[in-house]
Amino acid sequence: MIPASFDYVAPTTVEEALAALAQYGDEAKIIAGGQSLLPVLRMRLNAPEWVIDLGRIDSLKGVRDEGASILIGAMTRHCDVATDPLVAEHATLVARATATVADEQVRHRGTFGGALAHADPAGDLGAPALALDAEFVIAGPAGERVVPGSEFFQGLFETAVSEDELLVGVRIPKHTGWTAHYEKFVRVAHQWPICAVGATLKVSGGVIEGAAIGLTNMGATPLRAAGVEAALVGQQATEEVVRNAAALAADGAEPPSDLNGDADYRRHLVMVLTRRAITKALGG
Amino acid sequence: MTAVDARPEQTNEIGRDRRRKEDARLITGRTRWTDNINLPGMLHLAMVRSPFAHARITGIDTSAAEDSEGVVTVLAAKDFDESLGVCINAWPITPDQKTPAHPPIAIDRVTFAGEIVAIVAARSAAAARDAAELVEVDYEELPAVVSLEEAVKDEVLAHPDLGTNKSALWVFDSAQAGTGGNVDEAIASAKSDGIVIERTYRQQRLIPAFMEPRSVVCDPTGEQITVWSATQIPHILRFAFAATTGVPESKIRVIAPDVGGGFGGKLQQTPEEMIVFAMARRLGKPVKYTETRSESLLSAHHGRDQIQKLTLSATKDGQVTGLKVELDANLGAYVAIVGGGVPVLGAFMFNAIYKFPAYQFNCQTVLTNTTWTDAYRGAGRPEATYAIERLMDELAAEVGVDPLEIREKNWIKHEEFPFTTIAGLTYDSGNYEAATAKAKEMFGYDALRAEQAERRANNDPVQLGIGISTFTEMCGLAPSRVLGSLDYGAGGWEHAQVRLTPTGKVEVITGASAHGQGHETAFSQIVADRLGVPFEDVEVLHGDTQIAAKGYDTYGSRSLVVGGEALVRAADKVLEKAKPIAAHLLEASVDDMEFTGGRWTVRGTDQGMSIGELSTAVFAAHNLPDGVEANLDSEATFDPENFNFPHGTHLCAMEVDTETGQVKMRKYVCCDDIGNIINPLIVAGQVHGGLVQGIAQALWEDAVYDDAGTLVSGSFVDYLLPTAADTISFEIDHTTSPATTNTLGTKGVGEAGTIASTPAVVNAVVDAIRPLGINDIEMPCTPERVWRAINSAQKGA
Repeated sequence: MIPASFDYVAPTTVEEALAALAQYGDEAKIIAGGQSLLPVLRMRLNAPEWVIDLGRIDSLKGVRDEGASILIGAMTRHCDVATDPLVAEHATLVARATATVADEQVRHRGTFGGALAHADPAGDLGAPALALDAEFVIAGPAGERVVPGSEFFQGLFETAVSEDELLVGVRIPKHTGWTAHYEKFVRVAHQWPICAVGATLKVSGGVIEGAAIGLTNMGATPLRAAGVEAALVGQQATEEVVRNAAALAADGAEPPSDLNGDADYRRHLVMVLTRRAITKALGG
Repeated sequence: MTAVDARPEQTNEIGRDRRRKEDARLITGRTRWTDNINLPGMLHLAMVRSPFAHARITGIDTSAAEDSEGVVTVLAAKDFDESLGVCINAWPITPDQKTPAHPPIAIDRVTFAGEIVAIVAARSAAAARDAAELVEVDYEELPAVVSLEEAVKDEVLAHPDLGTNKSALWVFDSAQAGTGGNVDEAIASAKSDGIVIERTYRQQRLIPAFMEPRSVVCDPTGEQITVWSATQIPHILRFAFAATTGVPESKIRVIAPDVGGGFGGKLQQTPEEMIVFAMARRLGKPVKYTETRSESLLSAHHGRDQIQKLTLSATKDGQVTGLKVELDANLGAYVAIVGGGVPVLGAFMFNAIYKFPAYQFNCQTVLTNTTWTDAYRGAGRPEATYAIERLMDELAAEVGVDPLEIREKNWIKHEEFPFTTIAGLTYDSGNYEAATAKAKEMFGYDALRAEQAERRANNDPVQLGIGISTFTEMCGLAPSRVLGSLDYGAGGWEHAQVRLTPTGKVEVITGASAHGQGHETAFSQIVADRLGVPFEDVEVLHGDTQIAAKGYDTYGSRSLVVGGEALVRAADKVLEKAKPIAAHLLEASVDDMEFTGGRWTVRGTDQGMSIGELSTAVFAAHNLPDGVEANLDSEATFDPENFNFPHGTHLCAMEVDTETGQVKMRKYVCCDDIGNIINPLIVAGQVHGGLVQGIAQALWEDAVYDDAGTLVSGSFVDYLLPTAADTISFEIDHTTSPATTNTLGTKGVGEAGTIASTPAVVNAVVDAIRPLGINDIEMPCTPERVWRAINSAQKGA
């Protein structure tokens, strides 16, 4: 598995990285950990002339408290996100989902921003980020801009990041006190999810005050199950409420058919998994 | 009893949990894998492979590749003469077998996706790979036949020149063989007054997926042509090079250095090996080729891929009266080295541990435009075992009794051994009652059955199933006479040598060729006990035709039961040669000598000499008896008279999530009878690894082609190999019925787990949902398949 030859540059600042992008443009690919890019290169499905490695840009690593939100640097590795106390407290769903990404080795190399910018609909982090109303901080020649999740994910492997831009961080509004569960359905542990559901809830006095539900691999982009959320909020957290809400999970989804399951199976599966994710988030 | 027959009194090593000598280097990788070998001036090859399953090659343009940096030459089939050799089928199963010629490089037609059409030689592996992308091959696509169901219709032909896809039909009939009755009569009779069960099972195609991809290095610059290959079969490979290229065998040395797994997948004479051999000779330089993982999954031989049409007849109370097997086996595009023979091995195993009065086995081998198939861990026996163990569960359900009861009703009783089966084999030893009783107790069988009943009664969304597999298998390949009677092109003996060094160390040379099994450790234990030398003083050498000149290599769980016996006999010859020398040096009569405590001693005295001391004395040769040679080294060749028959009872509990179809293993228990055990730790490793591989067939692995013949599951993203995270902790134990066919009383264990576990798992899955009216789930039992079965059963209800 020998990739085609390429030149390699490893900037140490965002400015240098943007300059490299400006210089090499569409002849360059960014490596942010390699979870997805390395197999692509080694199987020669892509042969960029330049690989720009963001691994030495220290300012993109780590999680910051910004008051009402936390900012996860794009180059924070999965293993660091999964064990970060700020993420655990204020974005529990992200911590839970990140802990399930691939295997231990991948989690020690793959990065939060790299995975989101790759925008694989079967990736585990898009649906939680979307559900938590994450904002995506994108740096470009004209400075930084911020886009909401609904605009960030544009299609299969497509995001709002242009060729001369970089995803530098993801800002997540604090969901302090929200319980969470990421229900992932795989046949073997290291596999991409056939389907997964992230659920996070705020419950007070038995009443669901807030609900955010994200769906993985149920369409070309991560999806948010708005109908399920609406059916939960303001209701008592009963089994019946959860069951009825979960039955709406497949509404609007256009899941793929592949070796692991046809679309109709996934539409069924997502309802079961949504019910389970909510139930487990509720402590059941 | 002669002195030589006496075992050392202190057998400290056999039966001991020795950690493996070879592990430090294998686990750290700091050893000589073939790809680690780099020689001065070495060139690297890359293969250009067909993307089409069936096409005519209308043109090959190598000019851009030749101009690429670092490229030495780019060649196609037309550039070679017959000295390139061919890939041979060593086991034509019938005299009229249709065997397409298999050139290592496609000449004018490709017959599977992945077939080699051109070769690039360059100064680096990267340069070769880059240039391979620049070779332009023009293809005219031809219709491809991919599935067995289509191939048997003979509408689209994999090899149009053969006129049919049907390669050979091999039949065993108990009435004709004189081993039993007429199966059609048994079935007809059961139809009127009894039970007839008809099922069709699919053995999906699997990929051996050994850890180390295949790699070959050839150095033509010395006196001999030296080949290093990540192979299981250095001796057979050397023969194949000589037989097909015209190079004298004496000019060829084949080395299998440390080899990272094989599972049968490296029991092959591959096109890549032939090409590397030819290129090195042509260019006069060392040449290396190491496949990529993608190439490995695509083009190294696959396994299984059979459709089994089965008819079982029985009395109303479940006494089996006959079994008829109609088998289609997918050979792929060519008949591999033992490709046709693998399903035929199953002929002897469909009757398993049972007493069947009538039996017929029909095996149709079929050519398709897919990667060739051949041995994969178990080779023919897992498929047969799956079929009969699934059928016994179906019979139990039909009769309405516990599946263990139906098995006991039909199995060979322990007092009936040795027992000659309807397939004509004589099982030397076994005790199915004992293994089953122990497994049941370990499993907590009755408690789990009670839980199952409770879950059924409560309509629990998670149902529990219990699966049983009371397997046996034939291993220790193989008696040469039997192989001859099956038209197999070689023998099945094994060879061993024991050499003593002047300082009293022992070198053991075996013709078996380890590729992960732990021969170095187990064989050291045997020799240490036999000769009374420390374990650490024994060195086991293998896998090099210049060191281990004779051998039949490693496959078919043969190394210990055939190679180990050769070793015992060679070691005993050393003792025999040492005896008169010891008597002479101790000034005693030969008749007074006895081998005890690891020393030749003078009976009734404390005078004695160890083998080490005798070895030093023989090296000096200052004082040897008249006419005795100054050499204790010995060798032996052992040809088994019979196969070897391990057996065991495997019990598996599976939870089936009826809402999603997901299945989850709850408990797995096995009690295997593999005779006497040399190293329990190695045995446990073989059993655990084997179980996972068999479970993987039941649940995960599936080599899928699309209709055009493209391998869809061509990477580990889609070909699901389990890891430790996907398994539970198995509980394993043993009963012991020593084999009567080798001195140590051992039986093979390399394939047992794989053969046994697949039906245990599927039986458990089916058992969980049988009350819904479901009696089969096709392998692998994916969540989607299980869910669809449940869903349609519930809709139908």
